[in-house]
Amino acid sequence: MTDAPTIARKGAPFDVAGFFRRYAALTALLALLAFDFAFTPHFASLQTLNVNLTQVATIVIVSVGMTLVIATGGIDLSVGSLMAIAGALAPLIFLSPFGKAHPGLGDALAFVVPVAAAGLLGTFNGWFITRFRVQPIVGTLVMFIAGRGIGQVLTNGNLQVFKNPTFQFIGLGRVFGVPFQVIIMLALVAAAAWMLKRTLFGREILAVGGNERAARLAGVPVSRVKLWVYTISGLCAGVAGLVVVSINSSSDANLVGLGMELDAIAAVAVGGTPFTGGQASVVGSLIGALLIQLVRYTLLANGVPDAAALVVKGLIIAGAVWSQQRGKTT
Amino acid sequence: MPPTAPLLVMRDIDKRFLGTHALSAASLEVAPGEIMALVGQNGAGKSTLIKVLTGAYSRDGGSILFASRPIDFASPQEAQRGGISTIYQEINLVPFRSVAENIFLGREYRRYGLLDWGRMNAEAAEVLRRFAVDIDVRRPLMDFSTAIQQMVAIARAVSFKAQLVIMDEPTSSLDEREVAVLFDVMRQLRAEGVAVIFITHRLDELYQVCDRVTVMRDGRTVTTSRMADVDKLHLISAMLGRDLETVRTHATGFSATSGKAGDEVLSAEGLQIGRKVRSARVEVRAGQIVGLAGLLGSGRTEVARAIFGADPPDAGTIRVMGREVSPREPSDAIALGVGYCSEDRKADGIIPDMSVRENITLGILPRLTSMGVVDEAKQRAIVDRFMARLAIKAASVEQKIRELSGGNQQKVLLARWLCTDPKLLILDEPTRGIDVGAKAEIQSLIRELADQGLGVLMISSELEEIVEGADRVFVLSDGRTVADLPHSAANASAIMAAMAHDDAAIAAASAGDHD
Repeated sequence: MTDAPTIARKGAPFDVAGFFRRYAALTALLALLAFDFAFTPHFASLQTLNVNLTQVATIVIVSVGMTLVIATGGIDLSVGSLMAIAGALAPLIFLSPFGKAHPGLGDALAFVVPVAAAGLLGTFNGWFITRFRVQPIVGTLVMFIAGRGIGQVLTNGNLQVFKNPTFQFIGLGRVFGVPFQVIIMLALVAAAAWMLKRTLFGREILAVGGNERAARLAGVPVSRVKLWVYTISGLCAGVAGLVVVSINSSSDANLVGLGMELDAIAAVAVGGTPFTGGQASVVGSLIGALLIQLVRYTLLANGVPDAAALVVKGLIIAGAVWSQQRGKTT
Repeated sequence: MPPTAPLLVMRDIDKRFLGTHALSAASLEVAPGEIMALVGQNGAGKSTLIKVLTGAYSRDGGSILFASRPIDFASPQEAQRGGISTIYQEINLVPFRSVAENIFLGREYRRYGLLDWGRMNAEAAEVLRRFAVDIDVRRPLMDFSTAIQQMVAIARAVSFKAQLVIMDEPTSSLDEREVAVLFDVMRQLRAEGVAVIFITHRLDELYQVCDRVTVMRDGRTVTTSRMADVDKLHLISAMLGRDLETVRTHATGFSATSGKAGDEVLSAEGLQIGRKVRSARVEVRAGQIVGLAGLLGSGRTEVARAIFGADPPDAGTIRVMGREVSPREPSDAIALGVGYCSEDRKADGIIPDMSVRENITLGILPRLTSMGVVDEAKQRAIVDRFMARLAIKAASVEQKIRELSGGNQQKVLLARWLCTDPKLLILDEPTRGIDVGAKAEIQSLIRELADQGLGVLMISSELEEIVEGADRVFVLSDGRTVADLPHSAANASAIMAAMAHDDAAIAAASAGDHD
């Protein structure tokens, strides 16, 4: 009774339906691109590409960390708040008397310190969850609420406006015409995908998510693995926070990263990573985020209001979950 | 036979799951005001029989008469309304709600459209006082101990005017004093004419409180007798299905034992773990298969998990390769050269969505890694070697392990440990739920490994496996090591006698039967 029926793998004809189910998000993305090239005005331009990629980059950066957390069977609600903290810290550093006196060092610290702080708060999430065996959704809810408070306290709730070209390169700079944050996004996706597949840590993440008890009995350091995925999620959120404030030339701890946790979770879901853990696709999350972004852009470019785009976004998530369910039962 | 007409008559009950018989022609008869014990090994069919009775499962054959009427409950709720209440090991109540609410859940008293708390609280307190439980029924259930929670569950059952109360291992999480209180409640029920079906693994308890006992084995009810007419030894032999005098020989894939024993690889003494293990001792030498026998609930798995660092012991010493150690995590034990194949493959063994390749190398992966990156060529070589050596049948090494048969899953888990090159391998029920062919294969593999110098500690509920496979046998009973038998003395009757704490019988059996 415990034996699942063995599925014949070799010699089976190419399974078209199975292919589309597995690559549902990718198929939908390609179909939508084809539609846009045919019907959306001015779609085939470098500018359109850059606009879309710039807008999606922060979501993708955050969803890289989110994918790893979800791969262990957890979830991280605190990412938006960690973005706000990182976004609040950076201008505090380079606008401080010290930062102004030593611009080079000040700018360097404005990159490193906020990201490190977000990472450490992520570590705290992991520690809280493993040490007290709190459910991740509750454990990170603490930081979700407290984190935004910390961001506001840091800035006294004030809007910080700045102009610092060196620092803002992360959000506004271009390398060979490609926005710098898009390069960061692609680098993070590639690194995380490679890490999941090829490294010990990646395999341990999937083992913990696949069967935590069995992983522990096989010697996998379960708590350490969880500590690290929440730390990485925090680091990703920190980077995303810097990108957002440099695009805006201002930092408002009330708004930076607001609702980001849900956008990132949506991207992961649409990308086909199951929330039960044990399986994960970082590239899938990238595709998921791109799909959500492109749907929104397409609707806007064709005169459909943003409110309607939200409804479509919901439908895409429902569709992704539905295709996953079907994948499971067939 | 009891003098009055029986309250419950289950006759020739059949139940099949996917073609395999979970119950075949099982029968059970309970008189009013009688405490009937229901015992048997894991998988004997006790729970299935109860679930058929309460309507959780539908039956494929047979008849059930309750209070002289044929019944066919569609659900446990219907059975409860019909007078049969079940109290599970895991308490199925709502911890955040008050005791009174729990007792009246689903049939609250109302007054002017509002809940009549006064009446419910008073009646709840009243019904609990009948069982000598005097607590504030307005406090949430979770404020009370497991024993009290169980009393509340029983009070709830009784307030449903139950004529039959089924208790499925109610004592497994209770301490001795709490067990005594529970037994008082059971006697109180009996005095009020309520019948009880009592399922337990602790045989001593049966004699304290039960009137009769029904033994199940392999989906059949093999015997029913008055408690006074049967001693523990006969009870055990009925449960295990072994005639006291004869044991089939060459029933397993174990060849003759080598008898060569090397250096000590494990010695654990005075182990004390929670409530289940009080004083356990085992020793394993290189090249030896040591059997750890005991009835369900005797603490075998707890001992194994303690040695492996999964649940560190409260007291006692563990020596591995002659050095005293105290593993706090499985990874500590693995570093010492210990491997552990758990009893529950699905919950504690396989990573279902990972490939056979990944499952095999999960334990050794850190050693196949340089700078954090897995050396896939090395990994592949190890996987190929063990796939061939253990004759693991899979479509490819990339097949997901959950798609494999039970026997092949078990071989993958064995491979997981063997590739770490352990000095001591702990096998918890290594052949449970595996078809006959694969079983013999795994058994001969275990022997082969021991002959190559591996120390094996093998937990098994199958007497043949222990008797034929083990070079030395430790018997656990109620959390204590009660016997340490060499292969020559470890016959079925001696082991069963030890399980029953029957010292004279152990001596007689091991002296009389040297094979």
